Amino acid sequence: MAEQAARRTPILAPSAARPEAAISIAPMVPAARFALRLPEAAAKAIGSAAGFRLDMAINRSAAARDGRLAARLGPDEWLLHGPETASEAIARDVEAALAGRHFALVDIGHRNVAIAVAGAHARAVINGGCPLDLDDDAFPPGSATRTLLGKAEIVLLRPDEAPVFRIECWRSFAPYVLGLLEEVGREFAGA
Amino acid sequence: MAQPCRLPAGGRIDRAKPLRLRFNGRDIEAYAGDSVAAALLANGVRLVGRSFKYHRPRGILSHGSDEPNALLQVDRGPGRIDPNNRATVVEAADGIAVSSQNHWPSLEHDLGAVNDLLSPVLPAGFYYKTFMWPQSFWQRVYEPKIRAAAGLGVAPHEADADRYVHRHAHCAVLVVGGGPAGLAAALAASDDGARVILADEQPEFGGTLLHDLHATIDGAPAGDWRAQALATLAARANVTLLPRTTAFGYYNHNHIALVERVGDHRARQDDRRPRERLWQVRARQVVLATGAHERPLVFADNDRPGIMLAESVRVFINRYAVAPGRRIVFATSGASAYAAAADAKAAGLDVTLVDIRAEAECGPGPAMLRARGIDVLPAHTIVGSTGRKAVTGLIVAPVDANGIVGPRRTLACDGVGMSGGWTPAVHLFSQSRGKLRYDDAIDAFVPGTPAQAERSAGAARGIYDLAACLADGWAAGGGAARDFAATPSPTGFRPVRALPTDADAKRVKAFVDFQNDVTAKDIALAVREGFESVEHVKRYTTTGMATDQGKTSNMAALGLVAEILDRPVPQVGTTTFRPPYTPVTFGTIVGSARGALFDPIRVAPLHDWAAAHGARFENVGLWRRAWHFPRPGEDMHAAVRRECRAVRESVGIFDASTLGKIEVVGRDAAEFLHRIYINAWLKLEPGRCRYGVMLKEDGFIFDDGVVARMAPDRFHVTTTTGGAARVLAHMEDYLQTEWPDLEVFLTSVSEQWAVIALQGPRARDVLAPLVEGIDLAAASFPHMAVRTGTICGVPTRLFRVSFTGELGYEINVPADYARAVWEALWARGQEFGITPYGTEAMHVLRAERGFIIVGQETDGTVTPDDVGLGGMIARAKADFVGKRSLARPDMLKPDRKQLVGLLADAPDLVLEEGAQIVADPHQPIPMTMLGHVTSSYWSDACGRAIALALVSGGRARMGQTLHVTTPTGFAPARVAAPVFFDPKGERVHG
Amino acid sequence: MLLVTCPHCGARPEIEFRYGGEAHIARPADPSALDDRQWAEFLYFRSNPKGVYAERWNHAHGCGRWFNALRDTASDAFLATYPAGQQRPDLGGGR
Ligand SMILES: [Zn+2]
Repeated sequence: MAEQAARRTPILAPSAARPEAAISIAPMVPAARFALRLPEAAAKAIGSAAGFRLDMAINRSAAARDGRLAARLGPDEWLLHGPETASEAIARDVEAALAGRHFALVDIGHRNVAIAVAGAHARAVINGGCPLDLDDDAFPPGSATRTLLGKAEIVLLRPDEAPVFRIECWRSFAPYVLGLLEEVGREFAGA
Repeated sequence: MAQPCRLPAGGRIDRAKPLRLRFNGRDIEAYAGDSVAAALLANGVRLVGRSFKYHRPRGILSHGSDEPNALLQVDRGPGRIDPNNRATVVEAADGIAVSSQNHWPSLEHDLGAVNDLLSPVLPAGFYYKTFMWPQSFWQRVYEPKIRAAAGLGVAPHEADADRYVHRHAHCAVLVVGGGPAGLAAALAASDDGARVILADEQPEFGGTLLHDLHATIDGAPAGDWRAQALATLAARANVTLLPRTTAFGYYNHNHIALVERVGDHRARQDDRRPRERLWQVRARQVVLATGAHERPLVFADNDRPGIMLAESVRVFINRYAVAPGRRIVFATSGASAYAAAADAKAAGLDVTLVDIRAEAECGPGPAMLRARGIDVLPAHTIVGSTGRKAVTGLIVAPVDANGIVGPRRTLACDGVGMSGGWTPAVHLFSQSRGKLRYDDAIDAFVPGTPAQAERSAGAARGIYDLAACLADGWAAGGGAARDFAATPSPTGFRPVRALPTDADAKRVKAFVDFQNDVTAKDIALAVREGFESVEHVKRYTTTGMATDQGKTSNMAALGLVAEILDRPVPQVGTTTFRPPYTPVTFGTIVGSARGALFDPIRVAPLHDWAAAHGARFENVGLWRRAWHFPRPGEDMHAAVRRECRAVRESVGIFDASTLGKIEVVGRDAAEFLHRIYINAWLKLEPGRCRYGVMLKEDGFIFDDGVVARMAPDRFHVTTTTGGAARVLAHMEDYLQTEWPDLEVFLTSVSEQWAVIALQGPRARDVLAPLVEGIDLAAASFPHMAVRTGTICGVPTRLFRVSFTGELGYEINVPADYARAVWEALWARGQEFGITPYGTEAMHVLRAERGFIIVGQETDGTVTPDDVGLGGMIARAKADFVGKRSLARPDMLKPDRKQLVGLLADAPDLVLEEGAQIVADPHQPIPMTMLGHVTSSYWSDACGRAIALALVSGGRARMGQTLHVTTPTGFAPARVAAPVFFDPKGERVHG
Repeated sequence: MLLVTCPHCGARPEIEFRYGGEAHIARPADPSALDDRQWAEFLYFRSNPKGVYAERWNHAHGCGRWFNALRDTASDAFLATYPAGQQRPDLGGGR
């Protein structure tokens, strides 16, 4: 007896970002996500896999077609991103592209939760818990790195020119991360 | 009359914005721009506190953060009470109530003042000498009494109602101090677009320019230069201006901590705005333009209210339009007080100036003052003061070149401005580990070799002339060398320690450190008793300690020690200044980390369902786990019994999502696990699970869990809830640093997979209708097997495992689907009486079967053999992490503590976990401890209480009766095998 | 708070890192060949100098890599950081 596929219950209810606001802190909709591990030399040799660029500098990301994105978080580690519906296709394509190599592709689509932080005070709010320099010179568009926000580990991305930051964290840390951002952001809310 | 001491004109206050505050219950009128100190003085309030040790009446000494006396409790409403605020830095705000501290029953009539009369028996080191015996009295009697008598304010009882936040920031140049040098430094540093942060502890930038009314810079009034500089800085997008911000800590690698006072100066608290903000700044370059502190003069009764620092008198007059007195005597050993005297005279006050120096030493100052009609007495010393709660006169006497003191005379006055010269504020430089250098020409320690990328500028390094300060700041900010034209500043002073006196120095109180109530004779006593190192003198007398950190007292204390020892000051050395530069509230340090944000509260995907079904939760590390599910009227005991019964008799459902999970992928995955775990992994077939135990290199159990082989090159490892992060870190460490040749990648999937444990004889019946693609028949899906398929249409890794001893499954599903799958199982299980159970029932069920819990049966000193798992060790393996340590002689001793069962003679007695175990309760104390109880529960399945214990040589003691401590004595208990139910483990195969 | 230069990520704040004690102490290839004393020295004995110390750091909340650093334990100055597996750099000066 096959029941209808079970529905998702995300830990944070998604909401729409308002980049024009002084501060906007908005949980994002579920997405396809994979942790890709591949030896540094292999990444250099093949350059890309299934449309995901892999040979960028560490702590940089690159957008790919169809809303996909690869972020290099370490010498042999990438976070692959795409629309939720693309999950199976991404897995299939990457497996195929890397067949025969030493690699690991692990689905983390339910492990991670993303929150978009935008608005004029986005940096100030993130720097309320994150110790990194988020100035354009230090964290230019396309930056992506694992770091900390308060007592939670996060991955911080700035996918493009827009001053919109994406914070990814593990599912169970999401209420804390959202709570901390909102607490720090109160000062700017409605300002 | 309101504000009797307010001058009719002048000052930077806003007379159009009157406000009202309260001091010790009395209304005080003030203006926007006043400090509380200025407001009090404007209203004629002189007496603001009692001293720390002697409870002497004290007034306001200074105008800034170096104030040692005027420590007030500030009440901004419920939950907003803050002790130990300096009246000189708290801004007057409408509606605040301030009160003095350290007195009882009132400021005017303080019984503690008897300490002043008892002072002959309260010398330096008094505490150490007196309160030594008996030792137990220290904690119970002496310390509380001393704290009560000498306390600085009262800690508030209510939770802090304010909000505090943190902010990390980076910059090319951080300039600390916004006086002339700091402004020049910030201008130079920000000129080319580099990020600059300029912080000043005061509400307004400008430092001395705020009260120096006559100076000019580059031909313009200094005030105009200041306004222009600030406008330039404010217009630069690369400059962050932080007024009301104190840099209090200078740490490694140019990491500076600052506190910004965001809210206190506002009349009304906006709930959105934090009260204070902690800035943590990482700067490529730091410029310390922190200025200098004026030194008090050390003479008898130099602490009477109304006696203040000369420059502070000038600040109160020029900046706040407050007359600290109508007849003011300035007493000085240096030039700067002459400007203060001239300004006081210009404000219409009656002024006299006394200078310790001979006329010939005084330069043009005396003539300048006499031309303004001010009486100047050179070559005079101060030998005392008159008055009690306010100064009424200064006792002076001529002193000749040999120090011979002539006849006394009393100069009637109601205010004194004293100046013993200046001390650069090198606190932050010293915190940065920079080496101080003594500059004989200015009798001060100045920054020597920096230890970090730091430059000091202006008065902070002993440059007191305005033009020189500006040029020095400009250069420190990285500007190309340039000159500034400015009015020459009168500088220079004669270093004096205790002033010459005709009195017996042993009989007078001449204060060196006002906050810690340390007198010149205390320092002399310390040296006489053999404390020659200044660090020892500091500790013995407490001079320069606590919140004050020696701002006004440091050089006087050092100089006195040097003088008594007849050594040059640099040979005496200086003390180390420690953070914080000024006190910092706990709120600022804590920031947002309070309440729900104190720590992350990690909740599993089924938390909300559990909460809705009446679960009580327990904290497991950062996780909040369902502990048990009491029904109305049930206590915990009843709920746990019912939950256990359901699992043993029908089916229970449990959220095991917090288990750590690691995906181990790669050609060498099996080999890697083979090296990490004590047991064998190479031959485990895909689709099968195995229980594994891992050690640290020291041979002790580190973690355990079930590992499933999903494919030849892919394993799904589970860890304990608490061990998830450290096991992954441990594995990564070995993989990266010891075995980089292994082709293995590790990925945490702890939160990708929710885990629903379905346990009990009816588990299969509940599960079967919801699963597709997996044959659940016992023959094809046996115990310790894993299958992939779908449940409720979503992918699952289905484990047939059991931590309860019953037929059971652990259903792994992607976390966001867990709620839907759980609810489907819940609905399906109703006909079997499916029962949610919590961690407590889980603990009981596994204990009945003798399964260990890492961290409960183990404590970092327990080997596999100790807990009866020695048989798991793959003897054929040449090596695994920890194997070599298991061969150490200590690991093989027969008297090691071993896991056993314990059955109390009284079957209803649930022994206490952690209780100690002895063989003979009548042996003499100290007894020989044999071990302790690790787990203990009531077991419904066994019809009695059961316990697990680690007991020395336990396996050889089967059947023996031992004795276990209880709250009232000892209870006899029999040693048994550590399995109490289904000893052959047959039920899991059901 | 120290500023630690990860060989992969550059200068990062200390709180992102995990400390791992002395570097260049390789796990013996055959631990069973060591006597108890030698094994104890491998497990527990460290040089702990005042001065330059080669030590292990892990960029735990960053790229996740273990690497080595030369740090002056008296001044906290980092003289070099380098990936795990590389030789200790020769800084000269005959230390
Ligand atoms: Zn890194």
